[in-house]
Amino acid sequence: MNAPNTGSATLPPVKRRNAEFVMLLLALAIALGSFAASGLALNESIPPGLFGYGLTFGGLALATHVTLRFIAPYADPLILPCAIFLNGLGLSMVWRLNQGDEGDHAGVGTQLIWAAIGMVLCLAILFFIKEPRVLQRYPYITLLVAVVLLASPMTPVLGQEILGARRWIALGPFQLQPSEFAKIALVIFLSGYLVMKRDVLSLASKDLKVGRFKVLDLPRMRDMAPMVVAWCLAILILVVTKDLGTSLLMFGTFLAMIYVATQRSSWVIIGLTMFMAGATVAWAIFTHVQQRVTIWLNPFDDEIYNSVGGSYQLVQGLFALAEGGVLGTGLGQGQPDTIFAADSDFIMVSFGEELGLTGIMAIVVVIFLLCERGLRVAMASREMFVKMMAAGISFVIAFQVFITMGGVTRVIPLTGMTTPFLSAGGSSLMASWIMLGLLLRMSDNARRPAPQAIQDEGTTQVISR
Amino acid sequence: MNVPIRRLTFFCMVLFGALLLNANYLQGLQAEDLREHRHNQRQTARQFDAARGAIIVGNEQIAYSEPTEDEDAAYAYQRHYDNSEEYAHITGFYSLYNATGIEGEQNSMLNGSDSRLAVSNFMDTLTGEESQGASVELTLNPEAQETAFDALRSTGKNGAAVALDPNTGAVLASASVPSYDANPLADHDPSKVEETYQELEEAEDKPLLNRAFNQRYPPGSTFKVVTAAAALEDGETPDSTQPAPETYQLPAGGTMPNHGGINGPCNGGDPDPLRHSIEISCNTSMAHWAVDLGEEKMAAQAEAFGFDSGEFDIPLTVSESSYPRGLNGSQLAQTGIGQFDVSATPLQMAMIAGGIANGGDVMRPYLVEKVESSDFTQLESANPEVFSEAVSSSTADGLTEMMVQVTEGDEASGTQGAIPGMQVAGKTGTAETGQGSTHNWFISFAPANDPQVAVAVVLENGNSSGGELAAPVAKPIMEAVIEQ
Repeated sequence: MNAPNTGSATLPPVKRRNAEFVMLLLALAIALGSFAASGLALNESIPPGLFGYGLTFGGLALATHVTLRFIAPYADPLILPCAIFLNGLGLSMVWRLNQGDEGDHAGVGTQLIWAAIGMVLCLAILFFIKEPRVLQRYPYITLLVAVVLLASPMTPVLGQEILGARRWIALGPFQLQPSEFAKIALVIFLSGYLVMKRDVLSLASKDLKVGRFKVLDLPRMRDMAPMVVAWCLAILILVVTKDLGTSLLMFGTFLAMIYVATQRSSWVIIGLTMFMAGATVAWAIFTHVQQRVTIWLNPFDDEIYNSVGGSYQLVQGLFALAEGGVLGTGLGQGQPDTIFAADSDFIMVSFGEELGLTGIMAIVVVIFLLCERGLRVAMASREMFVKMMAAGISFVIAFQVFITMGGVTRVIPLTGMTTPFLSAGGSSLMASWIMLGLLLRMSDNARRPAPQAIQDEGTTQVISR
Repeated sequence: MNVPIRRLTFFCMVLFGALLLNANYLQGLQAEDLREHRHNQRQTARQFDAARGAIIVGNEQIAYSEPTEDEDAAYAYQRHYDNSEEYAHITGFYSLYNATGIEGEQNSMLNGSDSRLAVSNFMDTLTGEESQGASVELTLNPEAQETAFDALRSTGKNGAAVALDPNTGAVLASASVPSYDANPLADHDPSKVEETYQELEEAEDKPLLNRAFNQRYPPGSTFKVVTAAAALEDGETPDSTQPAPETYQLPAGGTMPNHGGINGPCNGGDPDPLRHSIEISCNTSMAHWAVDLGEEKMAAQAEAFGFDSGEFDIPLTVSESSYPRGLNGSQLAQTGIGQFDVSATPLQMAMIAGGIANGGDVMRPYLVEKVESSDFTQLESANPEVFSEAVSSSTADGLTEMMVQVTEGDEASGTQGAIPGMQVAGKTGTAETGQGSTHNWFISFAPANDPQVAVAVVLENGNSSGGELAAPVAKPIMEAVIEQ
């Protein structure tokens, strides 16, 4: 069973569901433990909601596990525990951060509901989508969905602008962030589309030569259309919604996927050049882009620090991280709640303060592990489309974490975006669980042993599943 | 397709690696700096919960923390400032947002975070006692400080007064008017603090500005002492003369008349001896001296007294005083009487008086006498040092002799600075601001034969003369120091 993993080969068909179960219990213990610890630190008592919370969250996690045993027995055993670990910590932190507000369950009640809905969506995907390739069928409809979702915040009635970014639509009492779902649709579309156009995009070329030496093999001009469209879309998002993060995420994902499809670095070079050019022009024209960059470069400058919409929030976040130091203040013992958006965009900072460098490293490593398992699914899959989709989804998660955490820790300019699984916010959480469902389904298909030829049927071979 | 996927995995690894490295940098390497950052209110807020050390003047605590009695108080300790207006520019304030003055400069001592307090803090942890910050004792003399503040205020003008011990450089008094009350700024209510601060910051007469250390004025005729010092150092004597006409036709165009009580030439049309020029504060002869000596020697002498040597910390930051360069003849002549672009802080002018009093050596000014931990271990004590050797002792003697004439000569321009029973060396100054009004100066030291105190006083837009307005402020300050 322990065939060496040679990359191109499939993963060994092991189920390891029991291992998953044990890790799941561990993740749940950490989640519930962190919840209890915050309660003890804040109110000197175990939070009264612990039982109900444990029952809902733990129950759903175990239900997902049991479902996997039946309908996706070969799914990667590490993916679910990672997600439960992250989501559980996120729930505790969101609860802890909203303690100062009215009521015991402010914030966490809805957040728990979103998590539950997310997990149900995940189960539904596992149940209804037996073969991920069905998603390949309507690439252009998927594209339309993605574009409509992205454009919906622009519509006058539905769309809502909050704090300088048009990222939300109002649906009755709820606010939805459609870009969170659009990124999934975009990955699905790109997987289908790029598989179709793969040959022409990867082979047709024109050599760029300096003297007699080939420096780069460039795609033909007429194949540039997808790149141009993606670029236009990214710039449009940047300009119209002022949503730096989504623009970067979408275009980054596009580049990653076209690279996976064609294995041509020239696409990446062209794309990055175009994006840089676009971003530079945007920087020159739009003050909000300039402001982001100025804040990033000189957050401690008095003038920038004190100005409205200046670096105050970012700097407070850095102070919180410093406060946490190596070991952190302990859950419920810091003051991350003094930072604006501590439970959404700045949730990594909240973890950094209360769990310290140690905690933040553990969380980052778990997220990386999750993405790495996803990319492993991509490598192990047999179908092009599934490979593309698994790689795309994994990359979206990784890149989104990089953009958000990199923003609040000043690796890159700060852009408002949620951290998958951790941040408060229904859209983000539901989208995360949808992506997780897709990954689980794809990993089951990838790791499932190939259908065995039945030899004793004489000359006719029957393929059975 | 697996090769690009593997590369993509590697790329993700690089991204996460960058995040982890940066987290290590922020929370490990840079954490200390960020925690100590002046914008960091967490630190401040935490310290409102700890017993902060006192700032002491004489034997009195002028800034101290008391436990808050109210159960619902936001923090465990409240900072109080006694006679705050008198001391505010020196103590500064310790607010939720920032710390200024001694509160800011000696913060690590006052809050007990200085490494020299580590042992004492550790002992407190062992014995279960609450750690306390160290106390900072200032060099200020409470009587002199009170006198300086009251005397300044009684003039009704804005201004500043500084008194130094010429032998050590200890700052005995440093008052700046208008002042402010630091107590509301130490309040626990952030909005109240902000409001008060905003109000002070926007006030037209700038109460937050410490005029004694951080405001530069044209020194006017008090600068003639520097011109005279340059002349004596150049080998001249108090009896050396320069032309002293009623009006000086300046070398590069323009004219300079004599001012004040002098209507006409300073010595009946004859060249005027240096000692007489200082006594009556003659403009035309001193301008001739400056032109005669040249820019190089003038600048060198000003530098020797402390001009153009950058900001320095005592530990409060003192602004740089400056003597201009690249002058034409007319401008050079004007610098000889402390006009054109010559600018000096009151502390700088007190250092000039102090240097002459101390036989030519300017002592480095300082404000902190000693720092003591809560168990009375001395952590730091003042160590007087020479700031610069400005003039030779014979020049100093010559200058002293001339300056004594300013307060008691036959034609003295600063008689109101004289103290009965002792000799006072002084120099008046009436500096044109360029906007039609004058700043009024007086610098002095006493007793002239055994100096104990050197003073500089300036009153903004006093529109009087140094002898009339500033000398009466300097006199009681010197008395307050000497009487003890």
